[in-house]
Amino acid sequence: MKIAEIVKTLDGSVILGKENLEKDVEMGFASDLMSDVLTLQTSNILLITGLSNVQTIRTAEMADITCIVMVRNKKVTSEIIDLANENNIVIIECCYSMFKTCGLLFQAGLKPVY
Amino acid sequence: MHFQYSIEGGDFSRAGNASSQLKKLLKQLNVDSQLIKRIVVALYEGEVNIVAHAHRGTIDVDIEPDKVFIRLSDEGPGIPDIKQAMKEGYSTASQKVREMGFGAGMGLPNMLKNADKLNIESEPGKGTIVELTTLLR
Repeated sequence: MKIAEIVKTLDGSVILGKENLEKDVEMGFASDLMSDVLTLQTSNILLITGLSNVQTIRTAEMADITCIVMVRNKKVTSEIIDLANENNIVIIECCYSMFKTCGLLFQAGLKPVY
Repeated sequence: MHFQYSIEGGDFSRAGNASSQLKKLLKQLNVDSQLIKRIVVALYEGEVNIVAHAHRGTIDVDIEPDKVFIRLSDEGPGIPDIKQAMKEGYSTASQKVREMGFGAGMGLPNMLKNADKLNIESEPGKGTIVELTTLLR
């Protein structure tokens, strides 16, 4: 699924990475626990999370995650944006709950990691 | 090639800096991306552990043609029961650590999963040494 389609499906705001909206992500994973995210062996996935801090971006960097959706209207700080920018990570903010976000994206065809 | 990084306990804003630098370096060396991910995920877990539990620590990385060897040594409370610490779900992490998205008792087991060899030595009240070896095949 193209990142642009994810943004449209979630009525989200692209905070960072507008130039990457035509890129594809095949699978999604939702968690507020970064330890869980670090156990994934799949790369190039969409991370759906309500945890907005620097370690969210560090985790994405280590796990080769290129796009993050911040749910529940969580806002990112300039420190988070700088780090994500350095690592070429797209950040989307969305006001839906994690449950609704996952439901909409699943319905739209985004696959689960497992 | 040898590299050394210093880690300050409790400094969450900088946790991951060493892993990030190593990732960039391994990319420059054209190491396979799946192998890089295994190495830096294991190191990042270790880095977070030092920040979360210890007063300070040092990370030594040796990159050789056939393997990457990482030694994380810290001054801290140590691990009284390593076998118990290796169990998924066992954690002594603080609320602050959990708020950062860690502390679920998955760090050491995940390091084991991502390394070809993991060695842990610890002296309660003094500190812990974790050694990770990843073969570059």
